[in-house]
Amino acid sequence: MAPANREDSVKAIEVIDLHKSFDSDEVLKGVSLEARQGEVIAIIGGSGSGKSTLLRCINMLETPSSGTIKVNGEAIEMKSDGRGGQKPANRQQVRRIRTRLAMVFQNFNLWQHMNLLDNVIEVPIHVLGRSRAEALEYADTLLKRVGLSEKRAAYPAFLSGGQQQRAAIARALAIQPEVLLFDEPTSALDPELIGEVLSVIGDLAREGRTMILVTHEMKFARDVADTIIFLNEGIIEEEGDPKALFDAPKSENLKRFISSVT
Amino acid sequence: MNIWLKPHRIVLLLMALALVVYAGLSMQWDWVPRYSGLLLHGIWMTIALLITTCALGFLLAVPLGLFQVTGPKPLAFACRGFCTAIRGTPLLLQLWLIYFGLGSLFPQFPEIMDSFLWPYLRQAWPYALLSLTLSFAGYEGEVMRGAFAGVPAGELEAAHAYGMKRMTVLRRIWLPRAILRALPTLNGEVVLQLKSTPLVATITVVESYAVTSTIRQETFIIYEPLLLISLIYMVLTAISVVIFSYFEKKVPVHDV
Ligand SMILES: Nc1ncnc2c1ncn2[C@@H]1O[C@H](COP(=O)(O)OP(=O)(O)OP(=O)(O)O)[C@@H](O)[C@H]1O
Ligand SMILES: [Mg+2]
Repeated sequence: MAPANREDSVKAIEVIDLHKSFDSDEVLKGVSLEARQGEVIAIIGGSGSGKSTLLRCINMLETPSSGTIKVNGEAIEMKSDGRGGQKPANRQQVRRIRTRLAMVFQNFNLWQHMNLLDNVIEVPIHVLGRSRAEALEYADTLLKRVGLSEKRAAYPAFLSGGQQQRAAIARALAIQPEVLLFDEPTSALDPELIGEVLSVIGDLAREGRTMILVTHEMKFARDVADTIIFLNEGIIEEEGDPKALFDAPKSENLKRFISSVT
Repeated sequence: MNIWLKPHRIVLLLMALALVVYAGLSMQWDWVPRYSGLLLHGIWMTIALLITTCALGFLLAVPLGLFQVTGPKPLAFACRGFCTAIRGTPLLLQLWLIYFGLGSLFPQFPEIMDSFLWPYLRQAWPYALLSLTLSFAGYEGEVMRGAFAGVPAGELEAAHAYGMKRMTVLRRIWLPRAILRALPTLNGEVVLQLKSTPLVATITVVESYAVTSTIRQETFIIYEPLLLISLIYMVLTAISVVIFSYFEKKVPVHDV
């Protein structure tokens, strides 16, 4: 089979010259990246390099100081906030785009007052306006898929971190997202629970989902990612095929980073 | 159930039983049938006041707490001022200010005296209701402020990240989550509210305590009516505790 032509497939996410400052502290200093449909991008980098900020700018949990975010070719409209910065011009557009990007958080952030099933059907019913029956049916499939059918009536506080993160992944899949955003999904887990979560994420990667994944699990990133992005102090210092990047890192910083985490 | 069979519990139970038997045999209870109607009315009034003022007060407490967390600043300031004023003054004073203050103000306006509300405003209970409601709102507003502020930011962020509107976040996530956090405190506040209700007897509302006073004045029996009424308050407290702990146990929560 001919290899898929990269230029032909649709850009699911496009980030153009993204800057983000917190007060006077510039955390992202001009980041551009694109995720094609079906592509898995892993973002690596040291603590404080801006990985989470980058991911959170994509769905506007953080407002970029400047730059453009496009989802499936549609740019998120921004306007001046009157204080020299910018803010989303159209809240409705932001909400609509957010329902197409599903985020999985380091600390799961499941809603503690709802059991797992209710966590999974919450957004389909109350944001997407699906019928309860439809949402329940799909939630069933998803909970089965992440191995939590038996726990559907349990509240998050009763579950292990690994189970909570798998439930959070089911919640993300329930909106049938175009892109999955993972922010260090295994960093808050006990070592023995990391495997079960990575195996779910690995399956998703292999079935052709578009994903942007911030991770410290280098071996996993190498296995599942199509592209690795190395972020250092707010700029993309190196980017490319996992094998090339890990086996023959060019920049000193990446060399140092790889030897520090492996 | 075996939780009742621990030695110290058995001793306490026997002592309680002995007290009841002693009270039943040696004290004077013949007035009870004569006053049963009045007693029931008083108990009913206590319960009705408790439930309505807690419910209405809580409805007020939600915005009082929320605005203190979300702003805008002037509104937050006003809400905080209200809660501080309520919590910083005796309920008895508030009750009298409202009853004697509003009560003497209203008749000066012919519009009010002519309105359909006048037959109610001439009675004492609307002032009791208002005053107890505001008091509960003041205390609970402070509790809800803490509860709203304490909901883990990540859970709210997740709601926003999935495209929820702000009102939906409030209705589906923030408020229920805050109430859950506030439940244990709420329970205590409801019990305190119950024990505040006798104050309304001072503005001629006939509730449980007022009934015992009447009985005392008419029969010159002092202790028995007071004992009976204490028992009633204890039972009401127990019922409230049972109801709340049912809900508290239902949804266990880890706060990060
Ligand atoms: N809300 C904020 N306000 C101020 N500074 C922030 C905020 N969020 C992040 N920062 C700062 O921005 C920098 C980048 O943070 P970010 O969380 O993106 O790093 P990261 O690469 O995800 O690190 P880690 O691997 O530790 O998660 C840090 O120096 C951090 O202190
Ligand atoms: Mg991070």
